[in-house]
Amino acid sequence: MTDKILSTPPHVEPVVFTRDMLDWLPWLEPMAEQDLTARHMAGLVDAARAKSAYFRLLVRDPEVLEHRTKTDKDIFYNPEAGLPRAERELAAAATSRFNGCIYCASVHARFAATYSKRAEDVDRLLDKGVDTNLDARWNAIVAASIALTATPITFGPEHVDALRKVGLDEASIVDVINAASFFNWANRLMLSLGEPAAPEKA
Amino acid sequence: MSDVIDTLAGIEPGSPLDAIRNGRLQARTHAQASYDSLFKPLSEADASRLERIAIACFVAGLHGRPEMEAFYGTALAEAGAPAAWKGAIAAAVKAAKGQGPYGHYPKGPLSAEDKAGPVFKIGAAERDALSARLAAAFEHTHMLVFHPRDAAPPYLQALVDAGWSATGIVVISQLVAFLSYQIRVVAGLRVLKARPA
Repeated sequence: MTDKILSTPPHVEPVVFTRDMLDWLPWLEPMAEQDLTARHMAGLVDAARAKSAYFRLLVRDPEVLEHRTKTDKDIFYNPEAGLPRAERELAAAATSRFNGCIYCASVHARFAATYSKRAEDVDRLLDKGVDTNLDARWNAIVAASIALTATPITFGPEHVDALRKVGLDEASIVDVINAASFFNWANRLMLSLGEPAAPEKA
Repeated sequence: MSDVIDTLAGIEPGSPLDAIRNGRLQARTHAQASYDSLFKPLSEADASRLERIAIACFVAGLHGRPEMEAFYGTALAEAGAPAAWKGAIAAAVKAAKGQGPYGHYPKGPLSAEDKAGPVFKIGAAERDALSARLAAAFEHTHMLVFHPRDAAPPYLQALVDAGWSATGIVVISQLVAFLSYQIRVVAGLRVLKARPA
């Protein structure tokens, strides 16, 4: 039996980058909650993710999902050394803005704004795009993220120099590399397996 | 234990970058485990190991990264791929190479940022050499690599029509997305290693 492509229910498609909470609607059938075994629950990592259509779709391959998730969490949540959380989120948001992932950009712009308390700068990145002027340090982080995201990759020694000049140490530069690279993973899943939807107005 | 990112980036045990990578030990361990899960899968029912390696060769080629092409090219040869695949993949890479990201946004204010670019259709000779199923995966892979914001249900329908299951589509999507990450981490670390503070 061949699998079916899902038609999404009526919804409002977001047409701008935003920090608003968005929904995500799958184009392929997620696993049903009642079919999740212990192996699938291990793949979801957090039991609460059994409620998410996105994670129940990805859990069709539980091992890859588990390791993807644990890679993600350490790159962004590990508080030891390196780049402040706000700026790891900035790299994720900039990467998502450049690839054009409205859903991922919304999530990580929210985190970047919350942790940096610079909502206006984050909104400017969303509204104007990755060439907008933020400040020297954020410009360098955004430029490095974009250079890593381009195909072919254009990241070079000049980006390393620019990051050092604005005060990033070696561990922080590795965090920029990890965060931008990881969102080249995440963006491609979110963009290609379903679509964002504006939440229904209450 | 071998770590593919270290190998490809040339990071030596005990070096400063080795220590920094150990500061994100979970990320390091699970990036490797992601690689292992994709290329040594528990089940090949939805996507065979050989198909996965062939797609990896194509992704590496599209990024124009010699270290990645060599690595996955060796894996392809060792996995016993049909003799015609190497040349067919090289021909597909040559025809498909471009510059990303491009693509369209939903109609509205962002339409001003729409950036046109090719939708890759694989050549008949490459399709014959690789199979219609793998050829469809290559066409999808090109979209994921260069213009992922153009993704839409008809792209998935084309995969289903070529014999991919929903689980198989999840696997190859994870594969191309993971490689997009791995290739960038390796590229970034190589630049950093070559530019000591």
